[in-house]
Amino acid sequence: MTLDFLNKFKDPDLCRRLLARLEEVCGEPLRFMEVCGTHTVAIFQSGLRSLLPKNIIHLSGPGCPVCVTHESEVDAYLDLAGRSGVVIATFGDLMKVPGGGRRSLKAAQAEGARVEVVYSAFDALELAARTPDAQVVFLGVGFETTAPTTAATVQMAKARGLTNFKLLSFHKLVPPALEVLLSDAETAIDAFILPGHVSTIIGLAPYGFIAERWKRSAVVAGFEPVDILQALLDIALMREAGEPRVVNDYKRAVDDNGNPRARAVMADVFRTETALWRGLGAIPDSGLALRSEYADFDAKACFDIEIVESPPLAGCRCGDVLKGRINPTQCPLFAKACDPAHPVGPCMVSTEGSCAAYYKYNTD
Amino acid sequence: MCLAVPMEVTRIDDMIADVRISGVTRQVRLEIVDRSPEVGDFVIVHAGFALRRLDREEAMETLQLFQEGFNLDFGLSE
Repeated sequence: MTLDFLNKFKDPDLCRRLLARLEEVCGEPLRFMEVCGTHTVAIFQSGLRSLLPKNIIHLSGPGCPVCVTHESEVDAYLDLAGRSGVVIATFGDLMKVPGGGRRSLKAAQAEGARVEVVYSAFDALELAARTPDAQVVFLGVGFETTAPTTAATVQMAKARGLTNFKLLSFHKLVPPALEVLLSDAETAIDAFILPGHVSTIIGLAPYGFIAERWKRSAVVAGFEPVDILQALLDIALMREAGEPRVVNDYKRAVDDNGNPRARAVMADVFRTETALWRGLGAIPDSGLALRSEYADFDAKACFDIEIVESPPLAGCRCGDVLKGRINPTQCPLFAKACDPAHPVGPCMVSTEGSCAAYYKYNTD
Repeated sequence: MCLAVPMEVTRIDDMIADVRISGVTRQVRLEIVDRSPEVGDFVIVHAGFALRRLDREEAMETLQLFQEGFNLDFGLSE
């Protein structure tokens, strides 16, 4: 088996035909939102954004875990990074994310904090095994794609008795945020393109409310141009037919029932709690906290960490961008006080952030 | 950040698999993959863990539908 068959999902001829079909089918303006940083980048990078029919409006939602990590959560781990005997282990994405006081982990590291960039939660566990004199705190950010990898690692830490490994969990769940967005009248979303690899884990069922309660369509899509166009075509067809549904167009990577094995690991380790989202505020049952059985590995409990709501960054409109209320170019800081070299807000920091994608690719 | 990459399994040792893409080899863990892969399978990899064994048949079926619907020839008959 080769990867050749996957390259067909980039086929230019097929893309042209899908675009032509989309033009025929989509009469009324259609505002769709994707909620995955990889989709954001794919839509810009492939050039699709400039090729889409003019009445199809692309909104880039809260799909970048780094971007939705709240200022107060950033301040909490910055506080922890300054303590003696603590090593922070983190995905590289978080290094430059600003907290309430505009400080970042990068700055904390320069001031002497011990910060290690890891590729996997499991690497942080190995780091803890090699560093018995310190408490190694892994910063758990990410949606349902990432949360099971962290959960499996916590299970391994418990099995190995490595209690100097700690998790500071800021993991978040996608469906509760979608519900908040749908209830925001200013955003006016007609349909969602659903995140492919989040759906690999959770399957279709958790999105059912989008069609049932809100009468909107939502399509699970892959990340190649053909995948995205197929999803938009299905959305347009469902709207024409007046039959909103939740559909899986990424069957090679997503089973309708998701991945029950990964969900069982998550359910064993985590319970849900209210979480703070940058731009969206507090959302009930949208965060993952460690269950009491794993309290020995819970950085919040072990270090007495309280999340105190910090004020938003002055002038930064990342919150409105994440909700699809404004385009990045409508923020007064965009490309002036805020650019990828000197980012103010997280949407410009992360390569997957909407502002960074606009800055890099938008030629309107 | 939910970027996940299809990689080919080249070796399996209990809960660890060697996976390869474009000449790069990595080790990934198999604790949460949906179905146990075999050598030669492709798995979707995220943050050091395999999440899913990629379904070639489903991919071919999707392409087949396009091929018929748009009268294209992808040479899928292999």
